[in-house]
Amino acid sequence: MVNIRITNTNGTEQSIESKAGMSLMEALRGANIDGIVAECGGSMSCATCHVVVDTDWLTATGEISDMEDDMLDCTATDRDPGSRLSCQIELSEALDGLQISIPDNQF
Amino acid sequence: MGLIEGHLDVGAPEGVPIWDIDPYATDVLENPIEFYREMRAKGPFVYIPRYAILACARYAQTKEVFSDHERFVSSRGVGLVDFKQTTPWRPPSIILEVDPPEHTRVRRIMAKTLSPKVMREQASLLQSIADQMVAEVVAMGEIDGVADLAERYPTTVFPRILGLKKSNGRHLLDYGAMVFDAVGPDNEIRRASLSKGEDVVPWIMKQCERDNLIEGGLGAGIYTYADSGDISEKEAGLLVRSLLSAGVDTTVTGIGSLLYCLAENPEQFELLKDNPKLARSAFEEVLRYTAPVHSFFRTSAGDTEVSGIKIQENTKILCMLGAANRDEDHWPNADKYDVTRDVQGHLGMGAGIHGCVGQNLARAEVSAVLTAILAQVDKIEFTGTAKWRPGNSIRALASLPIKLTKKEA
Repeated sequence: MVNIRITNTNGTEQSIESKAGMSLMEALRGANIDGIVAECGGSMSCATCHVVVDTDWLTATGEISDMEDDMLDCTATDRDPGSRLSCQIELSEALDGLQISIPDNQF
Repeated sequence: MGLIEGHLDVGAPEGVPIWDIDPYATDVLENPIEFYREMRAKGPFVYIPRYAILACARYAQTKEVFSDHERFVSSRGVGLVDFKQTTPWRPPSIILEVDPPEHTRVRRIMAKTLSPKVMREQASLLQSIADQMVAEVVAMGEIDGVADLAERYPTTVFPRILGLKKSNGRHLLDYGAMVFDAVGPDNEIRRASLSKGEDVVPWIMKQCERDNLIEGGLGAGIYTYADSGDISEKEAGLLVRSLLSAGVDTTVTGIGSLLYCLAENPEQFELLKDNPKLARSAFEEVLRYTAPVHSFFRTSAGDTEVSGIKIQENTKILCMLGAANRDEDHWPNADKYDVTRDVQGHLGMGAGIHGCVGQNLARAEVSAVLTAILAQVDKIEFTGTAKWRPGNSIRALASLPIKLTKKEA
């Protein structure tokens, strides 16, 4: 299991248990985390599954592709150094304890 | 090997049922739901000899074929014509009808042009026009949902956001119909749409020129990428053309179908009025349930296999997005419009790298209209029979007689 610690848009904190192998977006949606819209379903077409990863964890979440990098430049809430599209992060045991926050707006 | 409808006839793969049907017959296009059901029941694929094509209608195979851009390419056209065998009716789109790496270079520019950030900047303009237009149709009471709102709203806001110096709603609608009907076979529908080309095509190409775009609009924004050398001047023009091709007919269809769904399912409209937060997913459910783009093709780039079926190189595969969106094996109660459904994964905006690049704009437009409706309208009722317009790749309403009852303040 992969434990994910989440700071919600209203500042409250929670943690969820997810399975390795799924995307972070799927895990967050599966847990009904408010503020993850992800309308395109993981095609990197909508940029509405934006999360901000705690910078200590950023390297562990893997490389950012050129396309994701471009999409992150124009998210509804301005990009932060820890910004990622959660559909592009695959969960693994290495991400157990991952700390993220949900930005204010997705659209 | 001969050509049929501009592509090679590679024959039926082993184990695939042969179905003697015309998916483009007017009665099928007007009422496709039974046809979808029958095609799904026949198997993961069927072979349609009339057009020498393979077709898929179940969710799993449709999603696989539609989104695997390496095995199933778009560069040979998303219609029946194989661009490798036959010259297409217009120079191919440099975003829709192209594969990586060329696709990636151009897609990045369009994704930035149509991003959530840009839509956020446009939100108040979109909402104020929607509020005003909905107030006007509510005052009218009995309306044609298509002409009075579904066509009027996008043909008003879209040219403004793009920054077209000159706009002509009729030309924009006709060009959209040409592009989407050209995907199909050489039938009456395609010929009727393409026959409008003489007037429409030169007008469209003219509006795509730098000098005809207003500073600060999305169109002029695309030309800044030509200034920086990311694309050529000609490519910038073709990308503006892509916006004009795909940005109007689709949203017109989306708004018309939304009104249809709300009139057809009053209890869902009540749910929405009680919980306007469901507005975004209510539109996603419209996309699943009605599938504005009902089908597009892919072409197999090499010999391959899907669900145990051997598919030869050069095979044109008709991906029935509308049918996949109604597959009971994936969507429980698929034939029910349900605003509370978890609708993620529907194919109404496509899937994969060719997923609709304008989807954020489409959602912004329709959300604005739906927000205005929820604020101002108490009831939406049919006053006559809705008529569907047969289209070779778009399933849109031709007319929608409805009555809007004003919400008491």
